[in-house]
Amino acid sequence: MTSATLTSGATLGSQRVSEDVRYHEDAIRLFVIAAVFWGVVGFLAGTFIALQLAFPALNLGLEWTSFGRLRPVHTSAVIFAFGGNVLFATSLYSVQRTCRQHLFGGEGLAKFIFWNYNVFIVLAALSYVLGYTQGKEYAEPEWILDLYLTVTWVLYAVQFIGTVMTRRESHIYVANWFFMAFILTVAILHIGNNVNVPVSLFGMKSYTFVSGVQSAMVQWWYGHNAVGFFLTAGFLGIMYYFVPKRAERPVYSYRLSIVHFWTLIFLYIWAGPHHLHYTSLPDWAQTLGMTFSVMLWMPSWGGMINGIMTLSGAWDKLRTDPVLRFLVTSVAFYGMSTFEGPLMSVKPVNALSHYTDWTVGHVHSGALGWVAFVSFGAIYFLVPVLWKRSQLYSMRLVSYHFWTATIGIVLYITAMWVSGIMQGLMWRAYDNLGFLQYSFVETVAAMHPFYVIRAMGGVLFLTGALIMVYNLWRTAKGDVRIEKPYVTTPHKATVGAA
Amino acid sequence: MAQDKKGFSHDLIERNTLLLIVLVLITVSIGGLVQIVPLFTIESTIEKVEGVRPYSPLELAGQNIYFREGCYNCHSQQIRPFRDEVERYGHYSLAAESMYDHPFQWGSKRTGPDLARVGGKYSNDWQVAHLVNPRAVVPESIMPTYGWMKDRPLSYGDIADHLKTLKIVGVPYTDEQIANAKADVEAQKNPEGDTAGLMKRYPKAVVANFTGNKTVTEMDALVAYLQVLGTMVDFTKYQSKQLQQ
Repeated sequence: MTSATLTSGATLGSQRVSEDVRYHEDAIRLFVIAAVFWGVVGFLAGTFIALQLAFPALNLGLEWTSFGRLRPVHTSAVIFAFGGNVLFATSLYSVQRTCRQHLFGGEGLAKFIFWNYNVFIVLAALSYVLGYTQGKEYAEPEWILDLYLTVTWVLYAVQFIGTVMTRRESHIYVANWFFMAFILTVAILHIGNNVNVPVSLFGMKSYTFVSGVQSAMVQWWYGHNAVGFFLTAGFLGIMYYFVPKRAERPVYSYRLSIVHFWTLIFLYIWAGPHHLHYTSLPDWAQTLGMTFSVMLWMPSWGGMINGIMTLSGAWDKLRTDPVLRFLVTSVAFYGMSTFEGPLMSVKPVNALSHYTDWTVGHVHSGALGWVAFVSFGAIYFLVPVLWKRSQLYSMRLVSYHFWTATIGIVLYITAMWVSGIMQGLMWRAYDNLGFLQYSFVETVAAMHPFYVIRAMGGVLFLTGALIMVYNLWRTAKGDVRIEKPYVTTPHKATVGAA
Repeated sequence: MAQDKKGFSHDLIERNTLLLIVLVLITVSIGGLVQIVPLFTIESTIEKVEGVRPYSPLELAGQNIYFREGCYNCHSQQIRPFRDEVERYGHYSLAAESMYDHPFQWGSKRTGPDLARVGGKYSNDWQVAHLVNPRAVVPESIMPTYGWMKDRPLSYGDIADHLKTLKIVGVPYTDEQIANAKADVEAQKNPEGDTAGLMKRYPKAVVANFTGNKTVTEMDALVAYLQVLGTMVDFTKYQSKQLQQ
């Protein structure tokens, strides 16, 4: 099997076919620039609000800079602005190559989507700071912005699916199954969770159609599947294109891809109620949520195995290619957080972990380790290709980015594990007279050192991203850093040099 | 690989975009339908409980400030049925207690304590002092300060429209409540005035000049909301059917 041919029969290689198809790349360059920009903004916002929890004076006493208004700015900036632009860039790049077809609707439609989506992001962020919100996590934008996003999303669906439908390859490549499931399901979730009645057609304020317990269930059906489809299915699409491409190996198992795909998208939808254990949500729904969350472990690890084992026979590349290291480490983090997730969805574990920073740590091992790392890998892959450079400015800087970010993640998630479990145990601790041992605020005070460590982790992660910005900037300019290259057999090379 | 034994082959799906789309839509719909639809049809989802009423106009305006400031990012309103939580916060939350919350405010994180039953736990003065500067009353607190809210006039000219909108989505506001919405905002802020109508429409509403300002301010509304949280149900009279069994 040649490196250009994948198990499903679709091709990844652009060299073989580039004579007869001119791929659209202008809009994709814009998406890449936006992704990098929003990544830095999102990491900066995250680091700032992490510091606010350690040092509350940083709320500055102003309404626009309080934690409650800035946290949605952080979550939206990293998930929808950074993650979204990465998904647009990678999906619209790879769909052309896997379908051997340029974009349906052309460069114009892609740019139209680009501007509308990014204007939406700016408006949403401004609206949070000014105090307009639906009051639902990860679904804060008010009704008018929701409508705007819906239109943009439909155009994206038309462009992506249109490209798939006009493909010149007989088969739809596996990455495109994932991208399509992501696009369709996110549309359903977004519409389903934003059925609101505005107070006035000329105002931002609206009320959700559903209330209380039903509103909780709908919100976490949305919220958990924003993770499941936006941050997982979409990014698995990235994995299925960029890991084989970078490793120059075929996907490990075609059969596993099929099983992984259908079971993942079927099971994920059921997992939402694990965010509502022991609440007023009926028990039957909680039990379903827990059961399916535990089952979800299997397809998740199926995907991880398929991604990591794609490196079979190419493991040595991890030593010489830090870009591939980002991609593979991301899949390892994916495996780790998709084990932790089912664990935390088990009701007795959740009794301890829920409402604590353990949840925050779990989210970030997925968001930083999986989503951001696979994005970095794809961006490092894309920039030299899109700007027509033979190589990145510096592989060493990619490696520095990798290690800085990895240490940042480790600080972040270990601080949150330790403090989250501590917090949960302190809340339920009794003294020997049978009274609650700690007042609530004592548990807040105990969190302080861990909040400081977590913020340091954030600073490191942000620093890594800034190294990337510099590296990509110089790459786009066409510079090449004079540095010692990574060689296949470092020991021999050292001996040779000596 | 492409040719399977029983005649069906995944190959077919990989060649047919529409088939793939339809199968994906079916696959991702099942879970949501099974979990969400019965919540609207099974009657026992929300146990009927005495005392739960729609928010008074001032409380509603306060809840909107609670949304606006993203309080739910750090405070839950959902007490789980555990010994420590019940001792710390009070009776575990009932579904009926949030049935008029559009959307629910159960939250997902307790950076600060649960607020489901914070109503009446502290005095109005404490609530105001705490919002102005949390560290003045709780030195270890990490909550932002909300002093700017204390003197800012509440915008409630359109409060009746809010009640009307909520009526559309199922909150049983009466025509009388809607007609009196604006007056009720002012009545709840003025303990010297005539509050008989307000108290009849919204039993247990806390009437006070919370901030001491002449005009109704945003903090008045927020404190009025906080002070009613979890107080509507009289738990000395409440007997869960499940507990009786």
